[in-house]
Amino acid sequence: MPRIRVEVDGATYEDDVEPRLLLVHYLRDRLGKVGTPVGCDTSNCGACTVLMDGMSVKSCSVLAVQADGRDVTTVEGLGIGGDEHPMQRAFHEEHALQCGYCTPGMIMASIDLLRENADPSEEEVRDGLEGNLCRCTGYQNIVKAVRRAAAEMRTPSPEPEGREPEVMS
Amino acid sequence: MTATAEGPAKEMGSPRKRSEDARLITGRTKWTDNMAPAGTLYVAFLRSPHAHARITGVDVGQAKSRPGVVAAFSGADFADEQGALPCAWVVTEDMKHPHHPPMAVDEVRYVGEPVACVVARDRYAAFDALEDIDVDYEPLPAVVDMEAAVADGADLVHEGLGTNTSYTWVFENGDLDAAMRDAPVVLERRYVQQRLIPTAMEPRSVLCVPEGDEFTLYSATQIPHILRLMLATVTGIGEHRIRVVAPDVGGGFGSKLQVYGEEVLALLLARRLGRPVKWTESRSEGNMTVHHGRDQIQRLTLAAERDGRIRGLKVELLADMGAYLMLVTPGIPLLGAFMFNGIYKMDAYSFTCSGVFTTKTPTDAYRGAGRPEATFAIERLMDELAAELDMDPIEVRRRNWIAHEEFPYDTIAGLTYDSGNYEAATDKALELFEYDKLRAEQADRRERHDPVQLGIGVSTFTEMCGLAPSRVLGSLSYGAGGWEHASVRMLPSGKVEVVTGSSAHGQGHETAWAQITADRLGVPFEDVKVLHGDTAVSHKGMDTYGSRSLAVGGVALYSACDKVVDKARKVAAHLLEASEQDLEFENGRFSVRGVQQEGRTLQEVALAAFAAHDLPDGIEPSLDSDATYDPGNFSFPHGTHLCATEVDTETGMVRIRKYVAVDDVGKVVNPLIVEGQVHGGLAQGIAQALYEEAVYDADGNLTTTTMADYLIPSAADLPSFTTDRTETPATSNPMGVKGVGEAGTIASTPAVVNAVVDALRPFGVDDVEMPCTPERVWRALRSESQPDTAEPGAGGGLGTAGGAQ
Repeated sequence: MPRIRVEVDGATYEDDVEPRLLLVHYLRDRLGKVGTPVGCDTSNCGACTVLMDGMSVKSCSVLAVQADGRDVTTVEGLGIGGDEHPMQRAFHEEHALQCGYCTPGMIMASIDLLRENADPSEEEVRDGLEGNLCRCTGYQNIVKAVRRAAAEMRTPSPEPEGREPEVMS
Repeated sequence: MTATAEGPAKEMGSPRKRSEDARLITGRTKWTDNMAPAGTLYVAFLRSPHAHARITGVDVGQAKSRPGVVAAFSGADFADEQGALPCAWVVTEDMKHPHHPPMAVDEVRYVGEPVACVVARDRYAAFDALEDIDVDYEPLPAVVDMEAAVADGADLVHEGLGTNTSYTWVFENGDLDAAMRDAPVVLERRYVQQRLIPTAMEPRSVLCVPEGDEFTLYSATQIPHILRLMLATVTGIGEHRIRVVAPDVGGGFGSKLQVYGEEVLALLLARRLGRPVKWTESRSEGNMTVHHGRDQIQRLTLAAERDGRIRGLKVELLADMGAYLMLVTPGIPLLGAFMFNGIYKMDAYSFTCSGVFTTKTPTDAYRGAGRPEATFAIERLMDELAAELDMDPIEVRRRNWIAHEEFPYDTIAGLTYDSGNYEAATDKALELFEYDKLRAEQADRRERHDPVQLGIGVSTFTEMCGLAPSRVLGSLSYGAGGWEHASVRMLPSGKVEVVTGSSAHGQGHETAWAQITADRLGVPFEDVKVLHGDTAVSHKGMDTYGSRSLAVGGVALYSACDKVVDKARKVAAHLLEASEQDLEFENGRFSVRGVQQEGRTLQEVALAAFAAHDLPDGIEPSLDSDATYDPGNFSFPHGTHLCATEVDTETGMVRIRKYVAVDDVGKVVNPLIVEGQVHGGLAQGIAQALYEEAVYDADGNLTTTTMADYLIPSAADLPSFTTDRTETPATSNPMGVKGVGEAGTIASTPAVVNAVVDALRPFGVDDVEMPCTPERVWRALRSESQPDTAEPGAGGGLGTAGGAQ
C-alpha cells in the first residue's frame, strides 16, 4: 500500500492507504474529520468540497494518494484558534443554511470562488456555485451570504462585529 | 435580548438568527454516518437488477469467505424474524395490502429491492464482497405503465392479489350530474404528475448499537417515535428495549417519514451479531430505494358558467403505489381529495382515486404529499377556464374564491377553512409583480413575434396542514393520532429545558421553540435549551412532517409554558403572601398588582420550588409541566404566487424572469425561518415544473439513478424570488399560526407551468407535460406528441445508469 503524507487542517498525517481510497473516506474514516460529508457518488453535489493547496476539490473525486504532499483544508480547519471565517459568519447572518448538510462544501466552494473573483455579481455567484447542490434554501440566501462575505473580505473591519446583537435590525 | 423601557423585546415575530447554525457551519455536526462506536461493522446490500423476478437461489458462501467479511445473509436467512414492513394507513376495508419483507425472500418487485447483505469490517470490504454473491433469478414481466396495469389481462405485480388495483376510494358531495348537465362550459383535461425523487442532501444512514438485549438505533429519520413503535411491532422486540435517536438529520421532505427495510435489518443484524452495525446508502442506491413522490394520472372535468363561475368538478385519479404499500403510501393521494376545490366555491364535487401497483420503487410522502397534485390540477384548470372564456386568470379566480367575509367556510370537500384573505394576498402580489406592466410587455412581444415569448402564470392556492386532528385521522382510518407533545423543565438555576416530540431536520426548531419559551416564560432566549429527536429524552411525540411542527408541536409547547406559569403562580403567591388572583405575571416576574416593587422572578420561584423549604400545602416541589395538543382543525395557509417566464420558441428553453410569492401563514414566530422555508419550497415546486422526473424504461429500470440524470436545480437554474406576507391569523389555535413547510412547493408548480403555457398559448398550446424541458416545450410548439417515458431526455434523464439505450 502506498504511503502518503498529508497536512489536514494544520496537522500532519502519514498513512498507508489503498490506492483506491477516496480522499473523503480518508478524511472521514481514517482521520475522523467527519465535518466533510458525502452527498452523492457522481461528484454532482459538492457536499464534500475541501481546499487542496487552496483550490477547491470535491474530495469524493480525489484519491487519497493524490493528496500526498498536499495541504488540505476542510470546514473544520476554518478559523482555527480564532473567530469564524467571514464566510461561515455570513452563512449564519444571511440564514444561508437549513439542514446544513451541503453547508461545509458550499462554504469551501464559496471561499474558492472569492479567491478567483473578489467581488462577484449575483449571477457570477450562481454560476460559480453550480457544482454545489442545496435542497433546502433555494440558494437565494446562499448568494446573499457569499456576497456579504465578499464585501467583508474586501474591506476587513478593524474590529470584527460583535456577536451580541443576534436579533436583526 | 434587547431591553427596552417596556421590558424585553418580544421574541415571537423577531428574525432571530438560528442557534443551530453554530455547529453546522463549523462541521461539528452529528450526522448518523459520522458515528462509529468501537467495533462497528459496515453493511452493504445486494439489490435486485430486475424489476420483477422470482428468486430461485441465493448463495452467499463465497462472499462470506472473503477477508474482512464477518457475515453475509440472504432474505431467506431472515425470513422467520424480519416480519413485514408496515403500512399504517388502510384506506378502505378491502384495500389490497401485499406482504412486504424488509429483504426479499422469494420474489423481487422493483429494481433496487434488497436481496442479500454483507457485513464487514469496513465499507470497501462490504461492497467488494457483494460481487461474490450469486443470485438466480427467473424474470417475470415488468409492470411499468399505470394505465396498462389496470387494463384487463394485465401482468400482475402480486400474483396472489389477482389485481393491480390496491383500492378505489371515493368522495362525493353535491349533485355532480346536475352541475355537468347543460353546463355552458365543460373542460376536460388529463394531467400527469410525474414521479419525483425527494433527494434530501443527507443520504439515509442507520447505526444500531446493541447493549445486551437492548438496542439504540440512530437513523437519519424524520420520525424517531413512530419508527421506535414500528420497529418493535415488526421485530417483536419490546418497545422499551429500543431507543431511537434521530441525531442531526440532513433534510427529509417526506423521504425520511418512513420505516425502511434497512432500519429493520440493522436492528436484526445488531441482535444477531452482537456488534454495532452501520449502513449508509450511496446516492445511486438511494435514488432507487428511497420512496418516491407524486406519480399520478389525473382526469379532470370542470363545469362552469359563461361568467366564469364554477359549477362542479370531477376528479379521477390513478395513483402509482409502486411495488408495495409503505408507511402511508395509500393515503398520500387522498390528502389531495380535500384540496382539488382549492380556494373556490362550487356546488358539486366528486373524487375517485385508485391506487395502482407497478414494479417500481414504492411511493409515499414527498413535500406537500397529495396537496401539490391537487393544487396543480385546480390552478391549471383555472388558467384553462380563463383562456376558454377569454378572461383574465385573476378575474376568473376572483369570481370563484371565498371572500374574506365568508370565513369560516365549509368547503365542498368537507373541510372548514377557519380564516383567509385571498383578496389581500392577491392585491399585494399583483402590485409587487407589476402585473399590468408585464401583461403589456407580453402583448408587445406577441405582436412583434418575438422569438422569446413572455408568459404569466397564476397560482392562488391554499393547503391543509398542521397534520392533524386525531379524530379526522381516525375517520380516514389512519393508524395513529395527530397530536404533539412538549414538556418544559425548570432547572434550579433558572435555566430551561424544553423537550419536544417534533423532530427537526433543518426546520430550525431549536431557535423557534426557544423563542416561544422565552416569550411565554419571560426568560432570556439564551437560557433555553431545546431537546428533541431521542426517544430516551423525548419519550412522546408524533414527529415532523405535514407542516405540523409549529401548528401542533409549537402550540403544545405554548400550553406547557402556560402550565409552568400556573404552577409557579401558586408558589409565588405563597412566597409573596398574596392571593393568586392579585398576582400579575409580566416579563418573567410575578408581582402583586399595583405593588411592582414586591415580586419574584420565575427563576426565583423555580429555585424555591427546588429547595422546597417553604411550599404551600399540597404543592409538589416542581414547576415542570407538559402538554399534549391535539388540533381541532387543520391550518390553512394560503397565498398568491405569480410567475413570469421567458420561453424561447426556437430552443424551447424556459427561463423564470420573475417570481412573486405572497404567502399568508398566519402569525409568524421567526420571519427569517419562514422566508427560508418559502424559498426552499419554491425551489422544489419549480423543480417539478421544469427539471425533475424519475424515469423508468419499458423494462422497469430506473434510468435517473444519479444526480447527473435526476436534475435537482443548482443556483444557476433558479431565479431570485420576491417574497412577502399577509397575516391572517389562524383561529383554530391560540397562537394564530399555520404551517409553512410545504406552502412554497404546493403553490409554485402550477404557477410556473401556467406561465409556460401562457407564453405558448398563441401557438395553440394548452399543455406541456412536466417537467417542461426544452425538448418538451419545443415539441409542444410543433404539436408533436410528447415522448413516452424513458426516451433519453424526455424527463431530464440521460440514462447513464443503463436501461435506456
